[in-house]
Amino acid sequence: MKVLTPIKRVVDFTVKVRVKADGSGVDLDNVKMSMNPFDEIAVEEAIRLKERGVATEIIAVSLGSAACQETLRTALAMGADRAILVETGDELEPLAVAKLLKQIVLKEEPHLVILGKQAIDDDSNQTGQMLAALLDWPQGTFASKLEVAGSKVTVTREIDGGLETLELPMPAIISTDLRLNEPRYTTLPNIIKAKKRPLDILKLADLQTDVTPRLKTLKVAAPQPRKPGIRVNSVEELVTKLRDEAKVI
Amino acid sequence: MPILVLAEHDNVALKPATQNTVTAARRISEKADGAEIHVLVMGHEARKVAEATARIEGVAKVFLADAAQLGPQTAEVLAAQVLLQTGAEAYSHVLAPATTFGKNLLPRVAAQLDVQQISGIVDVINANTFVRPIYAGNALATIEAIAGTTIVLTALATGFDAAPMVETGAPVEPAKEIATDKAGVRLVGRQLASSDKIELTAARVVVSGGRGLQKAENFRLLEALAAKLNAAVGASRAAVDAGYVPNDYQVGQTGKIVAPELYIAVGISGAIQHLAGMRDSKVIVAINKDPDAPIFQIADYGLVGDALEILPQLTARL
Repeated sequence: MKVLTPIKRVVDFTVKVRVKADGSGVDLDNVKMSMNPFDEIAVEEAIRLKERGVATEIIAVSLGSAACQETLRTALAMGADRAILVETGDELEPLAVAKLLKQIVLKEEPHLVILGKQAIDDDSNQTGQMLAALLDWPQGTFASKLEVAGSKVTVTREIDGGLETLELPMPAIISTDLRLNEPRYTTLPNIIKAKKRPLDILKLADLQTDVTPRLKTLKVAAPQPRKPGIRVNSVEELVTKLRDEAKVI
Repeated sequence: MPILVLAEHDNVALKPATQNTVTAARRISEKADGAEIHVLVMGHEARKVAEATARIEGVAKVFLADAAQLGPQTAEVLAAQVLLQTGAEAYSHVLAPATTFGKNLLPRVAAQLDVQQISGIVDVINANTFVRPIYAGNALATIEAIAGTTIVLTALATGFDAAPMVETGAPVEPAKEIATDKAGVRLVGRQLASSDKIELTAARVVVSGGRGLQKAENFRLLEALAAKLNAAVGASRAAVDAGYVPNDYQVGQTGKIVAPELYIAVGISGAIQHLAGMRDSKVIVAINKDPDAPIFQIADYGLVGDALEILPQLTARL
């Protein structure tokens, strides 16, 4: 069974981004970049499926600049078998990403596509569902547990108010939530091994897909700063302030 | 052209996030010559939900798609049903709440309409320009959709007040056609928190606990405080990761986004991803033993001290 894991290179989750003074976007110069944490969980899950003898091949895919090769190498060092980069300097919206991934899926014919539920840069939470729609495949989003048995995959999903378990026929799309697993660290021997694994580079034009943006970002602004707060010295003072000043209790 | 809102419910009761989404639709309508707002209710034996939906102020018409295959509310068949609705009547906008319901369903609809969805709007500038947080709420993007296509949006409840309920309901019409379920997805089951639990996103007061509570049992101290304040209980990702509470307690970029009147953060350091989920609360209280914890930077009232000592004292004084 083949598993495809699309991954995105994003600003590292520890970085507090700054909005550019001209309002054109956020400042990404000299900022640490990493694999989107949810995609890391997706790669980890694919590897665990392989370790359990369920998956036989894991293909990591990324779309973006040449720098995404580094992110793909991380996936290879974790345990992916090979990688594909669709190289483009264009900013891709989730619909465009889903359309491009559809082309890769049609070519590679995986049984499962496992990807992060959202990227921590644009926080859209769309690509998996859109890819499922374009392929007319079932979707198991926000997964916190995954079990494959025969031609079915059982997914436990994190929903508002609790959990939901669905059984999907494969092929299917799975999007990962935080509690699915804890991704492994890459080790030096594995990083070295990963350098020998195949990483194919495709040009955007090779996939003959319309990726014209449908949205225009007019402005990016910093949120309103909150007015500075005060320190209180006791529980009593806190209760008094909340009652008489803030009037919220 | 009318605006379509997708109702969130559990076949028994309407979820309040639907009312917030109707408010977002009304804001658009005000800027689109008072376009009518239609709401689509999809479920099984959900007549009561449709009748409740019809009483949301501002709703002109409710369509009820009622069939056994819509009962489990799986994304595949619901998306097909939404497409039947948008095929039967031309809509300028399709909106759903930015909850796990809307997040799961709406991108599937958008892709089939060949539309780039705008996720999690918090403000309406005009009929095709919206504001949404990006980078865990560290930036707000103003986004314009290219005119001429259906605009597909999810709305964050924190950006829009709940539309009130009125006495006289709008008409409820049956959906003209019902989608068939071709995906073969089976709902195995749901494990939901008890219904008497106050919902985080609808609560007036939220008390959240973090790693500083040290163990699961100590969340009882937080629950006692919550009971006094009639508050919902939340948690930081660290507390969820440590296994103190289930994931649906999580407030943050990847959990729930809340904006209550009062947010009390107990033993929460204030990681970026947590702040993204609560920074728009009206009044923020932080209780933490580390005086340098980042949570104090956005708190209106900060109290430095041991959460486990302070919690019972605070509960006793309320």
